[in-house]
Amino acid sequence: MNENLFTSFTTPVILGLPLVTLIVLFPSLLFPTSNRLVSNRFVTLQQWMLQLVSKQMMSIHNSKGQTWTLMLMSLILFIGSTNLLGLLPHSFTPTTQLSMNLGMAIPLWTGAVITGFRNKTKASLAHFLPQGTPTPLIPMLVIIETISLFIQPMALAVRLTANITAGHLLIHLIGGATLALMSISTTTALITFTILILLTILEFAVAMIQAYVFTLLVSLYLHDNT
Amino acid sequence: AASEKKLLEVKLGELPSWILMRDFTPSGIAGAFQRGYYRYYNKYVNVKKGSIAGLSMVLAAYVFLNYCRSYKELKHERLRKYH
Repeated sequence: MNENLFTSFTTPVILGLPLVTLIVLFPSLLFPTSNRLVSNRFVTLQQWMLQLVSKQMMSIHNSKGQTWTLMLMSLILFIGSTNLLGLLPHSFTPTTQLSMNLGMAIPLWTGAVITGFRNKTKASLAHFLPQGTPTPLIPMLVIIETISLFIQPMALAVRLTANITAGHLLIHLIGGATLALMSISTTTALITFTILILLTILEFAVAMIQAYVFTLLVSLYLHDNT
Repeated sequence: AASEKKLLEVKLGELPSWILMRDFTPSGIAGAFQRGYYRYYNKYVNVKKGSIAGLSMVLAAYVFLNYCRSYKELKHERLRKYH
């Protein structure tokens, strides 16, 4: 049972070849592009959604921050689509791997911080000390703010990994419990099945929310630094 | 004679020579994938009143391929007396 629970999170390898590359690239198939003004329903739907999200997310930035639009929109599309695809049966979710999320979080956070330090050095350094702190507390507060700054990329990556992994694990466990309970007592199995339905709805929401949160936080770090 | 025919028009005896005539260079294989993709896209998605079927067939194939990939681990979880 213990080994079975986590085998769904191992990276897929077929005959020693990394199949995981294909799985990571698969969502790109689901986002076709079109040069036309009026394209098919699928592309129009996606363009509408993308416009909605980009307006909501990039409106707070100045022109320097808005150069990051492409990056942040691709980020939210990628995380959202990989999370949602992971809810299909038997599929592999790349965002459950901490390595991948660190690979997304660290460069983006570093880019935002370095942009801040290069262009607005005084303002970036000023972030280490909130306004109006009493003088004796200053050294300790600077240390705390530094720690809280450096923990940002770790928190970004671990938040995404933990949420998605925990959700998948819960679905596995409750689904297994439902199956096992069916032969023992059908009523309990029905209750467990209802829990499973609710959990799946939650997981759909979490999949999209996590994408949103990740991108929103990167965008906030950017806003601080441009 | 057997070089440029489509697959369904090739006679059974000519099949080995037809397979050998195909373009197995990387650009040939890429071209085959591209042709296949656009065949599916233009038939089911890039139409005036596309429905959910265009997307769901792709997702169903994805689920099926993932099932095939993980069959080796899944067969231990069947309800059998002896595994």
